[in-house]
Amino acid sequence: MASCTDLEEELVRDESVATPHEPEMSRRNFLTATTALTAALAVGLPHAADAQSTTASAPRMADLLLTINGKQQALPIDTRTTLLDLLRENLELTGSKKGCDHGQCGACTVLLNGRRVNSCLTLAVTLSGAEVTTIEGLGQPGNLHPAQQAFVDHDGFQCGYCTPGQINSAAALIDEFKRGELSQVSFETGKTDHPQATEREIKERMSGNICRCGAYPNIVAAVRALTMGGVA
Amino acid sequence: MNPFTYERAAAADTAIRAASSHGAKFLGGGTNLVDLMKYGVEHPTTLVDVNHLGMDQVTPTAAGGMFVGGSVRNSDLANNPAIVRNYPLLSHALLAGASPQLRNMATTAGNLLQRTRCYYFMDTAFPACNKREPGSGCAALNGFNRIHAVLGQTDEGAASPHTCIATNPSDMNVAMYALGAVVEVQGPKGKRSIAVADFHRLPGKNPELDTNLRPDELILGVTLPPATFAKNSWYLKVRDRQSYAFALVSVAAGLEMNGGTIKSAGLALGGVAHKPWQSKEAERALAGKPANRTTFMDAANVALTGAHGYKDNAFKVEMAKQTIVRALTLAAQGVQA
Repeated sequence: MASCTDLEEELVRDESVATPHEPEMSRRNFLTATTALTAALAVGLPHAADAQSTTASAPRMADLLLTINGKQQALPIDTRTTLLDLLRENLELTGSKKGCDHGQCGACTVLLNGRRVNSCLTLAVTLSGAEVTTIEGLGQPGNLHPAQQAFVDHDGFQCGYCTPGQINSAAALIDEFKRGELSQVSFETGKTDHPQATEREIKERMSGNICRCGAYPNIVAAVRALTMGGVA
Repeated sequence: MNPFTYERAAAADTAIRAASSHGAKFLGGGTNLVDLMKYGVEHPTTLVDVNHLGMDQVTPTAAGGMFVGGSVRNSDLANNPAIVRNYPLLSHALLAGASPQLRNMATTAGNLLQRTRCYYFMDTAFPACNKREPGSGCAALNGFNRIHAVLGQTDEGAASPHTCIATNPSDMNVAMYALGAVVEVQGPKGKRSIAVADFHRLPGKNPELDTNLRPDELILGVTLPPATFAKNSWYLKVRDRQSYAFALVSVAAGLEMNGGTIKSAGLALGGVAHKPWQSKEAERALAGKPANRTTFMDAANVALTGAHGYKDNAFKVEMAKQTIVRALTLAAQGVQA
């Protein structure tokens, strides 16, 4: 077994020096490999597993059938699995981020049947028959969704961790405006008949997504451009 | 999170039967329940999913009001054209709560059952919480109690099994009180209607109980009486940041006007008590009076009668009075919708 130092050296090695005979180990491959090792160790303890199955702490499993990014998936899952963990841990769709895991930061925002939700508070088992769109399904390199393009054009991020959630939120916000949906600002400004995509409205409607880098001015600029229809 | 069995109910009576098993809970949007399960505050053995019972409609009633199904999402209710037109107070309050994502998930019934955000209730590292562990005492009383109650609380000392200074965190509920809504429920023995003001409880000697709903009773929906405050109402929420934060103090104010005179009023406060605080005395103090600052100040003083704050929240008493005056002023101007 390679020592930690050996693995670290592999991880930091520049891509340019990887040879066809010696494929580069990426951070994700490394994590997957070590996760598999942990799983192998876990299944190597049959007595513990047997004992667990008869107690109240044994997982309850359920069959789930749902569509993610246009692809139907049939999965047996532990009923406790959140949509966010299903995406990240079971399906390797790691674009959706885990920030707070309590519905407070918005980094996990995905589209559920076309509407934005916090995937960290959504139990996957409830979603049979549903359609989920993640940042991976919203658009792809070379064929970006207008919201993705707007964030690129306006430099709407710094570290990028909150960005998938911000972009999904922005994409949903555009549809909400098109449907004439209201916010508390629509009431405060007396615009409940025709809410306008002002800076104040955009800030209110994006308030479910927190950015610790403070990239808000550029995020607002990106969403403003989207609502003005130039790229939407 | 503890393991649990999941059941998707197809009808109200099967959902109610499933919920009668020990430790079972109904699941709506999950924004509060799943969160509390992650914290280890809630540990249901079975979740009965009640999102597929056809309770997602907003319909007119024969009496001229509206019926809101229990699983109508907060965002759908807030944007329902008939609600915006006739009950703008409810729409405004809903949109003042949470975030767009959470409002897309949260249901009407779930919002009625939303639990307190008291830090000492939500964090199991604190052993003392009479609401979470009956009889264990109250860590908030001598703790950081900025968000806590100033009206209707039980304060018999931190060690008492009755003490609780938690607040109801909902915005929707505050508007429901001012509008005089009625909660429609169904249990194993049939249906009953509960005026929303009788639905939630003050802590009394049982702070573990938030409401008078029995564990196997399902909220079918909420009936709104015919609209009287469509032209003159306002929801004013005061908090530490302008959006996506719970209220320090909020006020739902509705006025039925006859020229410059108040014919009748609905007034309820959020963030100050274990349940939305409706002051019938303040509502009576407004009726028949001219809509001016003196009238509003009098009503505010009546509403806060008996208020008692603590180390970190004593400011709420004066803040609530000023918030009432401002909400009533804006309601009287008729600027809503």
